[in-house]
Amino acid sequence: MTAPISISLDVNGERVDTSVLPRLNLADFLREHLKLTGTHVGCEHGVCGACTVRVNGEIVRACLMLAVQADDASIETIEGLSDSGEIADLQAAFRDRNALQCGFCTPAMLMAAQDLLKQNAVPDREEIREHLSGNYCRCTGYQAIVDAVEATARARARRAP
Amino acid sequence: MKASAFAYARATSVENALELLADQGDLAKILSGGQSLMPAMNLRLISPELVIDIGGLAELRGIGVKDGILIIGALTRHVDLLKSPEIAAHAPLLSDAIAHVAHPAIRNRGTIGGSLAHADPASELPACMLALAATIIVRGPGGERRIGAKEFFTGIYETALSPRELLVAVELPVASASSSHFFHEFARRHGDYAIVGLAAQAVVKDGRFADLRLGFFAIGDRPMLADAAGKLVDVTVTPAALSEALSLLADELDPQEDHQATPAMRRHLAKVLLTRCVAALLSRPELDAGAVA
Repeated sequence: MTAPISISLDVNGERVDTSVLPRLNLADFLREHLKLTGTHVGCEHGVCGACTVRVNGEIVRACLMLAVQADDASIETIEGLSDSGEIADLQAAFRDRNALQCGFCTPAMLMAAQDLLKQNAVPDREEIREHLSGNYCRCTGYQAIVDAVEATARARARRAP
Repeated sequence: MKASAFAYARATSVENALELLADQGDLAKILSGGQSLMPAMNLRLISPELVIDIGGLAELRGIGVKDGILIIGALTRHVDLLKSPEIAAHAPLLSDAIAHVAHPAIRNRGTIGGSLAHADPASELPACMLALAATIIVRGPGGERRIGAKEFFTGIYETALSPRELLVAVELPVASASSSHFFHEFARRHGDYAIVGLAAQAVVKDGRFADLRLGFFAIGDRPMLADAAGKLVDVTVTPAALSEALSLLADELDPQEDHQATPAMRRHLAKVLLTRCVAALLSRPELDAGAVA
């Protein structure tokens, strides 16, 4: 039973039918099998948050989920969110406010921030900090990241009808 | 690190999961949300030969209320508890506590059954089960067993669950209208495992505790219902009575030393929490002024 198991899933809108070993986690599956390397692997035990992806619309730790558990699921990675333009304004705000330096945490930080803004259109700074509390950044000191998320929320609220 | 190789089986029913467990026993591990199991496997703290995935068993998911009892299926996720109007109405302590369990991405997959069966002594939910007088329901080859929360947690990552049993649900008495609760924990980062925490459930009548259940966590090898509560029930809580309860608490705790805190620091923080809890629940802020030296 340690043999490969076949799975079918949807990744960024594309159907993927393949087979994987049970021990393969979702982050490594995305990076090594599908070459979607925007999902980063830091601590591999759920602490750093760098591997955050969306599964059926909800953010999860890709290092704490087996690829076989993603059978039948719909996965969205930073490549999907970036290509669709869903977070173009958030990405621009990160650039404008220097909310990244080395960039290692950035894809997951964007996933977590967009997840917050979908549930809470205009969060206060405390709510932003709380929602991003599971994502480590070792460069910025977080201040600029909170600024960028706050600015994006306000700009979107102004644009909303 | 990555998990070592294992075989994987997707359970099709509770019976099927129990059959797989009966075959493999302690060589197998149950996978529900994976938020405790996967880190342990990635760190190679455990290397099961078979992982039995119960994630698809809808029968184990959901929250119900019947005859004054709140029933929570083992696969109910933290995010489901956080958003549940039934939990907010009937076990508000749990709603408060869940907000401190890890981070949104983890709460989207972690389950109550997984957290309780994993039994990390620093985690929030086991202490809540003690404070709320929960009954843990497990199923095995011999049928169903109902285990009181106090008997369920037996040590670090150890429970009364046998390797051939599956935790299927939790039952909690519906909180009475006159009850109140307190939850607080000290942690380095919001959502991290606590350095020390307290989940308390109380009934306050005429300015006195008619009932007080103090579930401390991260203070020993398992969560503990503190006997210090006995010093505070059915008495007028004076600073002297509180101070007596605090010294009893310091004596009954057996905190461990780790990279986060010494036993002395944990004892101190536990006393701070008890003081704040009593002051908050009795609405007597003056009790929290200088009680802990």
